[in-house]
Amino acid sequence: MKRYLLRRLSYSLLSLVLLSLTIFLFVRLTGDPSVLLVEPGASQADLDAIRQQFGLDRPLWVQYGSFMSSLVRGDFGQSFYYRTPVLELYLSRLPNSLLLAVAAMGFSLLIGIPSGILAAVRVNRWWDSAGKIFALLGLSMPSFWVGLIMILFFSVYLGWLPSSGSGTPLHVVMPAVALGWYFAAAHMRLTRSSMLEVLGSEYVKLARLKGLPEALVIGKHAFKNALIPVLTLAGINLVIMVNVAVVVETVFAWPGVGRLLYEGIAFRDFPVVQATVLLGGAMIVVVNLVVDVLYAVIDPRIRYQ
Amino acid sequence: MSAPTPLLELRHLTTHYVSARGSRVVAAVEDVSLRLHAGETLGVVGESGSGKTTLALTILRLLPPAARIVRGEILFEGEDLMRKPDREMRRIRGKRIAMILQDPMASLNPLFTIGDQVAEPIRVHEGASRGSAWTRARDLLKAVKISAPETRVREYPHQMSGGMRQRIVGAIAISCEPRLLIADEPTTSLDVTIQAQYLRLLRDLQREHGLALIFITHNLGIVAKMCDHVAVMYAGRIVELGPTRRIFDAAAHPYTQALLESIPRLGDGQRRLAAIDGQPPDLAALPGGCPFHPRCTQVMDRCRADDPPAFDVADDHAARCWLAARDAR
Repeated sequence: MKRYLLRRLSYSLLSLVLLSLTIFLFVRLTGDPSVLLVEPGASQADLDAIRQQFGLDRPLWVQYGSFMSSLVRGDFGQSFYYRTPVLELYLSRLPNSLLLAVAAMGFSLLIGIPSGILAAVRVNRWWDSAGKIFALLGLSMPSFWVGLIMILFFSVYLGWLPSSGSGTPLHVVMPAVALGWYFAAAHMRLTRSSMLEVLGSEYVKLARLKGLPEALVIGKHAFKNALIPVLTLAGINLVIMVNVAVVVETVFAWPGVGRLLYEGIAFRDFPVVQATVLLGGAMIVVVNLVVDVLYAVIDPRIRYQ
Repeated sequence: MSAPTPLLELRHLTTHYVSARGSRVVAAVEDVSLRLHAGETLGVVGESGSGKTTLALTILRLLPPAARIVRGEILFEGEDLMRKPDREMRRIRGKRIAMILQDPMASLNPLFTIGDQVAEPIRVHEGASRGSAWTRARDLLKAVKISAPETRVREYPHQMSGGMRQRIVGAIAISCEPRLLIADEPTTSLDVTIQAQYLRLLRDLQREHGLALIFITHNLGIVAKMCDHVAVMYAGRIVELGPTRRIFDAAAHPYTQALLESIPRLGDGQRRLAAIDGQPPDLAALPGGCPFHPRCTQVMDRCRADDPPAFDVADDHAARCWLAARDAR
């Protein structure tokens, strides 16, 4: 178990180092940030001063070295644009992202679980086919398009919901639906297959043999068992939601970490982009690590491989 | 012999599985008729796929969606179960007819306590309060010889051994004092010592509660010990039906004779074990005539042409074979 943990941990660290290198190089492909930080018509001397101030004049490998060495000390650097520590910026945006992710998760479970159960109970009937079409649409419609269509209907035509910003419960509705749409389809498919498996089990057969009403067979004996894999996936998806909300947050001007990343790219704010990508990557790596370790705890076959 | 009304009487019961497009019809149970009186034990034997389990599920009308009961009557305590709406069938299942499944190890729900699962049918069928149903559950666990039932009711299935889980499933089956218990190969997954214990337990329960037992198995040794009557199934049909003694001493159907031949006996070390040649038939494409004729050692011309009906070869003893027609009275 100890060796397994050590090996998994070193893989995780390696992937984070690779991620840091990749994002460090890629963000520099977007261009020179100093031209965006000076006033139009500034002199070459001004530009050079800015470059020197942010250390952009040094060779790439020196920049990467100093980035990594401060990273190890927990310092993510200063934002070029806001002139404040990046970590502070990130943490100030994180609660908004979490709020959006929780709302989107709530929506996806509220839609995904009941429709998945209905599809499994009425397998190969009308509802099941409708569910398959819904899942196909959910998985293939891009979230920005869903977001724009919703803005068109609910903000422009009907005027029911605010099209952007944050602050009231109404503001979170459309971003949450746009972000949760894909996950609702994913959760529905997993609920359906998990439920179908449970419905074929011996204990569901016994529940029917006991003469229990169908509502109790489905609602008690099958439902609780079918939910286990769905909730496992939902836990992982919550973390993923925080990190894939870039497009949705941009469409709805939602002030979360996704929007921070978008702004960072637009302003060539290298430290912001590096920090958001790395922190998001770290979150996903940690969740995967926790899940892997938990599986190893449960299943001895994984542990001793 | 004019017996009282039987507890269970099946008349020409026929169940088919129909594929989604209706192109393939599998005759899983074909023209089955039998009678079972209160307190009696009937053994149903046959190879895998001969329709034993489908017959049991047909009696309870709890078949998978692809199955259809094509015709026949299921008379239970004088009432035809085929005419019962679903709601009334639910009141019969678990209350008047109980069934123990093939794999009792997987029959308990891992997420609910033993007490909850044993008390459940009592609460549903008798409207008992939680408290009194749990008291009954503790008594039932004691009846199936589970030690410390007071603490066991609060535990979960994974905390029980295989033999205990088996007995708990037995406790659930008798919880509402059914008149008929169907046990579908309940000991297949157990090792031999626990098998014997469990069979004894079933016998005791049967005697105490006076219930009729249908015992589905492919183990003829168990049949010899447990059953008053035997029904031998082949290709969905009951090919021979009679008192256990008579079947073992004077089987009339060549298939039954071959089954009995294939039991290994102590001291037979020199002799080759007899096997039945050929494969069990594809139930969707049965051969014409008697379905057993391609494997039968005593096949006659008539067997290839006509499917024999059941002939009485003696009191209470019938066989579906043209050979029996000669001896029939």
